[in-house]
Amino acid sequence: MSDLLAPFQYDFMQRAFVAALVVGVLCSALGTYVVLRKLSFIGDGLAHASFAGIVIAYLRGANFYGGAAVATIVTALAIGFVHRRGRVSLDTSIGVLFTAAFALGIFLMSRSTRATVDLSNYLFGNILGVSSSDVAVVVGVGLGIAVVVGALWRPLLYTSFDPVVAEAAGIRAWFIDYALLVILALTIIVSVQLVGIVLVAALLVTPAAAAGQLTERFVPMMLLSCAFGIVSAIGGLYASYELHASSGATIVLLATLIFFAALAINARRRRRLVL
Amino acid sequence: MNAIEVRNLHVRYERVEALQGVDFDLPRGTALGIVGPNGSGKSTLLKAVAGLIRPTEGSVRVDGRPPRELPPGTIGYVPQIEDVDWNFPVSVRDVVAMGRFPRAAPFRPLSAHDRSAIAGAIEALDLGALADRHISALSGGQQQRTFVARAIAQEPQLLLLDEPTTGVDAATEDSLLHLVRGLVRDGLPVLMTTHDLDRAAEWFDRLIVVDRKILADGAPNAVLESGAYAGIREHTHTHGHRR
Repeated sequence: MSDLLAPFQYDFMQRAFVAALVVGVLCSALGTYVVLRKLSFIGDGLAHASFAGIVIAYLRGANFYGGAAVATIVTALAIGFVHRRGRVSLDTSIGVLFTAAFALGIFLMSRSTRATVDLSNYLFGNILGVSSSDVAVVVGVGLGIAVVVGALWRPLLYTSFDPVVAEAAGIRAWFIDYALLVILALTIIVSVQLVGIVLVAALLVTPAAAAGQLTERFVPMMLLSCAFGIVSAIGGLYASYELHASSGATIVLLATLIFFAALAINARRRRRLVL
Repeated sequence: MNAIEVRNLHVRYERVEALQGVDFDLPRGTALGIVGPNGSGKSTLLKAVAGLIRPTEGSVRVDGRPPRELPPGTIGYVPQIEDVDWNFPVSVRDVVAMGRFPRAAPFRPLSAHDRSAIAGAIEALDLGALADRHISALSGGQQQRTFVARAIAQEPQLLLLDEPTTGVDAATEDSLLHLVRGLVRDGLPVLMTTHDLDRAAEWFDRLIVVDRKILADGAPNAVLESGAYAGIREHTHTHGHRR
C-alpha cells in the first residue's frame, strides 16, 4: 500500500492529483452536453484558439493564462455569434473561427523578432509542472463552473434536446448557448496546461461518449462520465509516473481504453437483446 | 383582453412572402383551427405566435405582449415534426418533466406541484405504462402523445398545436380531441393547424382558412360550406402552389 501511495509523497504529485481530479470532473461533466449537442469539434477548436492569446501574451510579456482566456472566450462568443446571426452551422462556424485564431497566432509569431516561445507545454501539457497558484486557479474556475452548471442544468438539458420548443416555452436558448460556450472556453483554458492543446478535446468527448454507451438516461450518463473522467485523470497520472511517460497522453489513452471497453459491453448487450 | 391579437402580420423568407397581412383575435376558452394547403403559411403563423419568427411587418400580441417578452412557461408549443435526436438519453417521464423546466427555480428540486403536473399530464395522455421507456422505443403516436403531455405539464396560458393528429391512430386522435376540448372548457385558448376537415366542427369553435392571407373566418361548418377551402384546393391541384 505504501508503495502505491509513494508517488504522492511529493508536493508536485499532490498538486497534480488535485488539478487532475478537478479537470477530470469538469471536462467529463461538460462533455455530456458537448456529446449530446454533437459539438465534439468544439474542444479541439477552442483549445487551438487559445494559441493566439498565448502568443499575444508572450509578445507583450503578459500572463499566458490571461492571454489564453481572452482569446478563447472571444473566439467562443464569435463562434456563437456567427452561427446565430450568419445562418452558418455551428460546426462550420467553429471550423472558420478556430483556424483564424490559430493562424493569427502563427502570423504574429512569424513577424516577431523575439525568440520563438517554447510552446511544448501548451501543445502536450505538463501536469507535473503545475504550481500552487495554478491549482488555486483550477479549483476556483472549477467551483465557479459547478455553480453555473448547477443553476443552468435544466435549461442546458432542454435546449440540448429540443431547442425550438424550449425557446417557445420562454427559455432564452441564445443565452444558454453563449453561457455553455463561455464555460467550455474556461474549462479548456484550465485543462490545456494539464493535457495540452492537442489532447484536451479527448477529455471533453471520450468519457461522455463512453458513458453514452452504457446508459439511456441523462443523469446516470453525466455521473458515469464524471467517474470515467476521474479514473482517466487520476489513473493516467499515476500510470504516467510509473511508466515515465507523458501525463497528458497517458490520461487520454486510459480514457480511450475505457471508451472501447464501454463500446464492447454495449455491443454484447445489444447482441443479447437481438438473440 | 384577447389571448392572441395578430395585426397585419407579414412574414417573408428571403424572396417568399409566407404570410401577407394576416389579422385575427383569439379569445380565452376558444379553440381556433387553421386549415390550408401545404405551403400556405399555417406553421409559419404558429411559429410567429410562439415568438420563434419575427414578423417582417405587423404585430403579434399574446396576453397583450410580444411573445418574446412573456413570462417563461406561457406558451406551450407542439411542432409538426419534432426534430430531436431520438437516441438522446431521456425517458418519456424525463421529456414530460421538461415542461416544468421554464418555471423551475435553479438549485431546487422540482416542487410537489411540478411533480403533480407531470403525473397529471402522463395520466391525461395515457402514458403511465410507457413513462420509464426510452423515447426511441415509442411508436409515432406515442411520441406525439409524449410531446403533447410535455406541453400540458407546462400548464401554459396558450397552447399551439401544429397538426397533432397527423400520423396518429384513431384512438390517439379521439383521446387528443377529448383532452383539448376539456382544456378549452377550462378556459385555455388553443390554436391548432390541421388537414382533417371531417372533424373540424368537433375540434374547433372557430376555423380560419389560410393561404398566405386569411380567406375565410367563422364557425367551422359555415367556413367549410363557404367553399373557400375547396377553392384553393382546386387551384392548387390545377396550377400547383405559388412559391
